[in-house]
Amino acid sequence: MRREAWKSWGAWKNWALGAAASLLGGGSAWATPVNGGIDFQRPVTETAKRVQAFHTEVLIIITVITIFVTALLLWVMIRYNKKANPVPKKFSHNTMVEIIWTVAPVLILVWIAKGSFPLLYEQDVMFNGEQVEESEVVDIKVYGNMWYWDYTYNQNTDKEFIIESRMLKAGDEARPLKPERGDIGQLSVDNPMVAPVGRYVRLKISAKDVIHAWAMPQFALKVDAVPGRLNQLWFKVDEPGIYYGQCSELCGKDHSNMPIELRILPQAQYDQWLAAAQADPTNGGRAYLDSLPRPSATQVAAAQ
Amino acid sequence: MANEAKHAAGHDHSHDHAHDDHSHDPKWYSPARWLFSTNHKDIGTLYLIFAICAGIVGFVFSGFMRAELAEPGLQLFNGTAFGGFFGTEHNYNVITTMHGLIMIFFMVMPALIGGFGNWFVPLMIGAPDMAMPRMNNISFWLLPVSFFLLVMSMFVPGPPGGNGFGGGWVLYPPLSSTTGHPGLAMDLVIFSLHLAGMSSILGAINFIVTILNMRAPGMTLHKMPLFAWSVLVTAFLLVLALPVLAGALTMLLTDRNFGSKFFEVSGGGDPVMFQHLFWFFGHPEVYIMILPGFGIVSHVISTFSRKPVFGYLAMAYAMVAIGFIGFVVWAHHMYTVGMDVNLKAYFVAATMVIAVPTGVKIFSWIATMWGGSIEFKVPMLWAIGFIFLFTVGGVTGVVLANAGVDHSLHDTYYVVAHFHYVLSLGAVFTLFCGWYYWFEKMFGIKYNGFIGGLHFWLMFIGSNLIFFPQHFLGLQGMPRRYVNYADAFYEWHHWSTIGYWVAAAATIVFFIGLLEAFVRRRKGEANPWGEGATTLEWTLPSPPPFHQYNDLPRVR
Repeated sequence: MRREAWKSWGAWKNWALGAAASLLGGGSAWATPVNGGIDFQRPVTETAKRVQAFHTEVLIIITVITIFVTALLLWVMIRYNKKANPVPKKFSHNTMVEIIWTVAPVLILVWIAKGSFPLLYEQDVMFNGEQVEESEVVDIKVYGNMWYWDYTYNQNTDKEFIIESRMLKAGDEARPLKPERGDIGQLSVDNPMVAPVGRYVRLKISAKDVIHAWAMPQFALKVDAVPGRLNQLWFKVDEPGIYYGQCSELCGKDHSNMPIELRILPQAQYDQWLAAAQADPTNGGRAYLDSLPRPSATQVAAAQ
Repeated sequence: MANEAKHAAGHDHSHDHAHDDHSHDPKWYSPARWLFSTNHKDIGTLYLIFAICAGIVGFVFSGFMRAELAEPGLQLFNGTAFGGFFGTEHNYNVITTMHGLIMIFFMVMPALIGGFGNWFVPLMIGAPDMAMPRMNNISFWLLPVSFFLLVMSMFVPGPPGGNGFGGGWVLYPPLSSTTGHPGLAMDLVIFSLHLAGMSSILGAINFIVTILNMRAPGMTLHKMPLFAWSVLVTAFLLVLALPVLAGALTMLLTDRNFGSKFFEVSGGGDPVMFQHLFWFFGHPEVYIMILPGFGIVSHVISTFSRKPVFGYLAMAYAMVAIGFIGFVVWAHHMYTVGMDVNLKAYFVAATMVIAVPTGVKIFSWIATMWGGSIEFKVPMLWAIGFIFLFTVGGVTGVVLANAGVDHSLHDTYYVVAHFHYVLSLGAVFTLFCGWYYWFEKMFGIKYNGFIGGLHFWLMFIGSNLIFFPQHFLGLQGMPRRYVNYADAFYEWHHWSTIGYWVAAAATIVFFIGLLEAFVRRRKGEANPWGEGATTLEWTLPSPPPFHQYNDLPRVR
């Protein structure tokens, strides 16, 4: 089905839209990777939006630098080729020029660093340094396994339960991919991770066998799941939806088959899901999730 | 000093370097000449032949990867294609791992350091041979053995139910320890890299001793050609970095076989410690691969612009600076392991500093051309192509240096695109640049300029087509080392695959050019490049006599 795709108008249209969306600062409604897309997936958290904005800024700087170097190269090739300049000059020093091309890059780098460091601290300091009551924080423990993720909710309470999250495959008996339901190949899972909208969520991430990495491109999040280590991530999403990520540290044979699907639900629905999943962790509250109108179904449709 | 050089043939008649009597030289078909060779030029040739062979293997492996990624779903590594020849998804990981290891340890390093370094460092500094010719022999012959072990690892058990090691060239435990790969394959990989490391350390010591002790009278360090400078810096990086890799590998080996727990969580070890050790070697390693190329490009730009290198001392010390900073930035490969944020901030700052000496080099090359009288001979095409491509690869490095952005791009195709721009399109372009620049000197015959030019243009188009779209894939979130991917990543993978076929055509053209040159045997000149070629190797006939500089040249 895909073999002829490059000839079709669709691919070019996607490319053009992707380019346009990038120029407009990512104002599109896409929720997943886009065929032919040339920028980040649409960011949904405040932090991710700032990451994209910062990247765009750096991208402009490096594009200008590359064009500048290319222009210089073309100029010397035209002006100083053998025909145009049969007798070479013999100079090999120019102190002023050398000072300029040492100092100018330093200034550019300082400019980049000025935006880079606050962004880094915003991501890495929990809740961007905001004081949040522990009771207000949603804690989810994430474990990487060969080759699936498991998510522990209500950890260290009598309501603790674990759901296991495995990739859906077309034609698989136990976990079939159902495109009619909105499932996406290589991204959708049987039991998605679920978190409430508008609240601080803290993930504690580790692994039980080899190193994996939990990634969520639309939140600009990625951290390794290292056995024997507990890493943490935080996010706060104001937009209900379905978000996808993929294992991002080589973990063996099925490295490409352990995606991450994250549903962000309104608080009331989240509470109902939590109860349903706790009652039957094996099925992870899937029936309840499927009973909901698929959040932002238009986004998924637009992406496909 | 000169009598340090012991010669295999043992003859000591003192023909001067213009003297062309080869009657006592061993014949080219004599096995002893190659097996027991202590002649730097013969060993250099061996290195080049070896690198070409390994390069073919590495390139074919990348073809397997592109064929697999040509479409979503499993094409080759599905257990059934071609009678199951390609195996399963695990074997895809084996292929990516081997591609990386082969291209780094058995293609780029042997070609640039072992090949061109051996050939031209003694010629350029006016030395009769390397300081320790017999050590030179062992440092080459360790490599085929090492390569044999690596290839053999693909055919012995690795993980349960699979053959070969599929844990990536970075070899992270616990995937590379008994948890992920209990089989013998990983042990063979460890032995292989131990041998390759030994080979490189011995070679590096040889280069350091040669360059520091055997320069022709009058050639101070500050008059030494930039290629010799680049090999000197590279050799120091090798001597300092490789023992750390050897240590980490040994710890891994004892973890696997003798019950130590360096990286084993169950015994209080830490897998992240391996990553620190590995990248303390691994980051200098990338400069090890590119620095000799910097040296080559400097000579080629200067030769074909018929103008001395602009800012010679700045060029030399920029390499020293890059080598030094290269040792203090390693953890920028590990922004996502869960390091303290202040530590990340340090590595961001240190990493960005590298852009400064690199910028000095780029601008100095352009300034060398400025005011020159440029001839666009084949080596010059590769050199100019290199400057452009290395700039592209360099600026995406600045993007990746920012941990805040790297959290999104780490382990995606953006990184793949970045390091292939600096290595596959950077180091490899310098490699071909040196190949065409010195071809006539090494083999005494002329290559066909049209074929060389065609090779360049196909390679330039092909490799850009392969790797430029991968930036987009990475930004979209396509992770590295994936045998299968969501439909939404198809478009750019498709362009990348087309690019591969263009690059494959380029490679075929390269071999046609090689064949043509050796069939036609157009007689080479001592200095085909004219007044711009000022280094000592051009004062010798092409090919140079079996032993040169029996009367040492004097440098003013």
